[in-house]
Amino acid sequence: MRKAVIIGAGMTPVGEHWKLGLRDLAVEAIFNAMEDAGIDKVDSLYVGNMISGPFVEQENLGALIADWAGLGNIPAVKIEAACASGGAAVQEGVKAVMSGLEDVVAVVGVEKMTDAWPSDATRYLAYAADAEWELFHGASFVALNALVMRYYMKTYGYTEEDLALFAVNAHANGAKNPYAMFKRPIKVETVLKSPYVADPLKLFDASPVCDGAASVIITTPEKAKELGVPKEKWVEVAGMGRAIDTISLASREDLLTLKAAKVAAERAYKMAGVEPKDIDFFEVHDAFTVMAALSLEALGAAKKGEGAKLAKEGQIAIDADYPIQTMGGLKARGHPVGATGVYQTVEAVLQLRGEAPSQVPDAEIGLTQNIGGTGSNITVSIFRRV
Amino acid sequence: MARPMQVSRYWRHFREKYRLIGGKCENGHVHFPKRPVCPVCGSRNVEEIELSGKGKVISWTIVRNPPSGFEYYKPFPLALIELEEGPIVLAQLTDVDPEEIDFGMEVEVVTKKIKEFEEDGIILYGYKFRPPVK
Ligand SMILES: [Zn+2]
Repeated sequence: MRKAVIIGAGMTPVGEHWKLGLRDLAVEAIFNAMEDAGIDKVDSLYVGNMISGPFVEQENLGALIADWAGLGNIPAVKIEAACASGGAAVQEGVKAVMSGLEDVVAVVGVEKMTDAWPSDATRYLAYAADAEWELFHGASFVALNALVMRYYMKTYGYTEEDLALFAVNAHANGAKNPYAMFKRPIKVETVLKSPYVADPLKLFDASPVCDGAASVIITTPEKAKELGVPKEKWVEVAGMGRAIDTISLASREDLLTLKAAKVAAERAYKMAGVEPKDIDFFEVHDAFTVMAALSLEALGAAKKGEGAKLAKEGQIAIDADYPIQTMGGLKARGHPVGATGVYQTVEAVLQLRGEAPSQVPDAEIGLTQNIGGTGSNITVSIFRRV
Repeated sequence: MARPMQVSRYWRHFREKYRLIGGKCENGHVHFPKRPVCPVCGSRNVEEIELSGKGKVISWTIVRNPPSGFEYYKPFPLALIELEEGPIVLAQLTDVDPEEIDFGMEVEVVTKKIKEFEEDGIILYGYKFRPPVK
């Protein structure tokens, strides 16, 4: 198998882009990534997107985006794994390069969510849940996560205040990220005083509905050299894993174990030949504060039941042992669902190149974890400085 | 949001949704809804079983910003209920003051209207859970 390196990364700011459509965002991100790599053509395109059909009545995103980005008659497809679509698209791109089938691959993650009414957006997001057995009963995505949050707090004795620390940390880092949707720090009180969306889950426990696109260019070290991309720009894709769990929460063997993340992480750690303690920063999928806690546990950064303890002990800040959400996470950077996994990848690349706005000192290895559904479809990727 | 074949789509599951029909594999593992493969042991020898509808609340939430189509009912309680046969079911709670809901609260199944006002006018019924009627 060949090695894969990321040689270009680009994104658009996350926000409510009322003047830009899905294709505008995607094309801008791809152009930024290609410009960063210094290349003008690619062999193929993988598009990470979750729900363009309901949101903007557009499928066939491979053709749409490759066409509008002027990439020629290349193979191009959309990859869907709910909110983990971006992470899955990156991994499909890497697989294409590693297999030897394609040499230079572009991946773009894009989602355009603000063209819909809020209650319709809530409905479309719930399409990642089980339509017959969850959405049928009026479950929103937030509600499913609220069920997990209440159970987590009860089981381990945590409070709403404890979980709010994840949001506070994300906003502190996002405040320095020019591409983040929310560029202001918040206090625990800000979270606690925000209205309940689905008790005990509050507005500030959740990531926002927003628009955005991010893109990376993947190739082999040999091809990167041939293309003349300076080595400082390379970031190696060291390990990856992906797994599913039951689609409905009620069928879960254990409500408080992200089994899919555990399995995916085991595969990624094995492939990269590293352990959790070797990871310099974790970009976890904090769509909801409780998911950040459960993710740290599944990834082996914390023991079961101790994910939130890591936040309480101040271990998740940039200069601590387990920095997470270094550019704001889903909570502050924003969570344009199908784009999120690619944003995480772009941010990992910036960290490993030493170009991040809030830099983890001497970062050499970083991990990204992208969750689809209520933990039902998860990707874990490990990146290493070359 | 017109969706074709709405009626058949819901009719297909009316037995599960009206009578709480689940599955029991040859090794005695019970699940709900019925699946083609037992999630515990992988057996494909799964029979139908009618569940008692008695259970207790494991976790709950109050849905304040529901998906479109459920706005009329907001806010409403949604819970995970562990049935006495073992499986966990997601359903709305009904006939209960949100303040009264607690971990381990006993509940029983009841057939209720889940939703109406769909574009095509059909009214959907299904299970909800309520504190037992004494
Ligand atoms: Zn079985």
